[in-house]
Amino acid sequence: MSDSDMHLIGDVRAKGIKQEPIRAGFGRGLVVAGTKDQNVVAACADLTDSTKMAEFAKTFPERFIEIGIGEQNLVTVGAGLAAMGKIPFVGSYAAFCPGRDWEQIRTTICLNDRPVKIIGAHAGLSVGLDGATHQMLEDIALMRSLPNMVVIAPCDSLEAERATLAMAADKRPNYMRLAREATAIITTEKTPFEIGRAYVFRPGADATVVATGTMTYQALVAADILRKEGIDVEVIHCPTVKPLDAETILKSVRKTGVVVTAEEAQINGGLGGAVAELLGEEYPAPLRRIGMRDRFGESGEPNELLEHFGLTATHIALAIHDVLGRKII
Amino acid sequence: MSDVYSIEELELKAVEIRQDIIKMLLAAGSGHSAGSLGQADIFTALYFEVLKHDPKNPDWPERDILVQSNGHTVPVRYAAMAHAGYFPRAELLTLRKLGSRLQGHPERTKLPGLETTSGPLGSGLSQAAGMALGLRMDKASHRWVYVTLGDGELDEGNVWEAAMLVSKYKLNNLIAIVDRNNIQIDGPTETVMPLGDLRGKWEAFGWHVLEIDGNDIEAVIDACNMAKAIVERPVVIIAHTVPGKGVDFMEYDFHWHGAPPNAEQAKIALHELRTLQGKIRSEHE
Repeated sequence: MSDSDMHLIGDVRAKGIKQEPIRAGFGRGLVVAGTKDQNVVAACADLTDSTKMAEFAKTFPERFIEIGIGEQNLVTVGAGLAAMGKIPFVGSYAAFCPGRDWEQIRTTICLNDRPVKIIGAHAGLSVGLDGATHQMLEDIALMRSLPNMVVIAPCDSLEAERATLAMAADKRPNYMRLAREATAIITTEKTPFEIGRAYVFRPGADATVVATGTMTYQALVAADILRKEGIDVEVIHCPTVKPLDAETILKSVRKTGVVVTAEEAQINGGLGGAVAELLGEEYPAPLRRIGMRDRFGESGEPNELLEHFGLTATHIALAIHDVLGRKII
Repeated sequence: MSDVYSIEELELKAVEIRQDIIKMLLAAGSGHSAGSLGQADIFTALYFEVLKHDPKNPDWPERDILVQSNGHTVPVRYAAMAHAGYFPRAELLTLRKLGSRLQGHPERTKLPGLETTSGPLGSGLSQAAGMALGLRMDKASHRWVYVTLGDGELDEGNVWEAAMLVSKYKLNNLIAIVDRNNIQIDGPTETVMPLGDLRGKWEAFGWHVLEIDGNDIEAVIDACNMAKAIVERPVVIIAHTVPGKGVDFMEYDFHWHGAPPNAEQAKIALHELRTLQGKIRSEHE
């Protein structure tokens, strides 16, 4: 049922679907990137294991810098390394980086045009028990507002691995957000990934869902639920939130006429904001945005929280019904 | 770098740079007078004696790096760069004007020869640290990374995060210079946020401290040479300077931190600086 060119797994609702934290793919990709190019270096702010930089640090100790708990220092040291021709991956939890060090990223990386690769781990609501302080939901908005910055949210660990390699080869500043929890692996080794491209993971005629990060899986499940009701949903996976692949999104919306966005982040300034801006200027259409609606999270089990705050496949399916009810025929 | 200047020539150069700073700030109608004038001797020493650089080839791969963390005082750097031959002195009068390469705060991508974009304070030392680490990885430690910081800037936590890192990695290919002029926008540094035992602070962070008269060009050059000889620990030069140095009514007055002279004040300032030139010439006779 998936678009064969996308080489996705067959059944997203199959029992025993393989799961892995998205960050694990980053960790593997970083080692591969470091093996390919000796200019790849990494720095971390006292979270080397949980950001999955530990393997790189072990493999290339002379190219790894332990910054300690200082995220402002983390990104600015990165800017200095990039100035000397290095390809620095700098990482912490998204709540602290870019949460703590936005101005340094703005001035010393974006305005200064240094290709630093910023990793925000434990992004989104599904961090769970740690609570609202650590559930970074504003990172997409923060990074999307910066000129020169590329914003990436992979949907699974395999895509995170490919994205890491693409980032190492990209000449611009990049930000990639990673989720903590095990996430269903829906792509395969053959699934395409290019920075700046959105992909039609499931073609459909009746409604468009544009999803990023962990919510792409939920969107595919929602499409599967609605298929049984005779509703044919097109699912666009949008791993690059900035620059937004306007062409792919508009082409789909011109066909279906209605849109739902889905992300594990604030919809204000997030993917939802980006798509609303695009449609407002280019092709106004009924829209519903799934994500956090201008509020903070709280402690809880990840699945409990996603249910509580309305970030599940069921909520996406309901939103699709809502926009279909408002469809302009 | 190829030219060798006498101390008298360097002192005269510093006064010319001060005159250009006054003219630039007058033409711009805004900008930071006190710190720019106060650091004229430091930047003269750096651009005409200390730095290995090539004004005709700003990206020369073997050059030393100068990071200006206190970017608000960039007029002194622009003036020194113009005198060194990076661009025509006439361009100095475009400071802060639309379309100029000389932005109000330095932007690397606008003007060849700048190494970072700065102005928001506190992030220069950590960028310099990243550069020094990068050079060490490339086994290019013969290239030096210099970074200038303001003393008010030391209120920023980012500076001390970087100070710990430089010390941890023993980055002895990095030399920090603090412009200790005791003023910041809101008043004297010791009133706004006391720095207290500044030497003791840096030493506690693992640095070797040299304290000098930052308005003595020879002392600046000597301190940089000394810093290169100290390999056990990173070196910070605390350069005590007089804010507004060379212009009597600006000296020591924090109100000149972020203000430019008006036409009348500029006239008086330029007259005083011409008098200073005569004094330097007669002293060296």
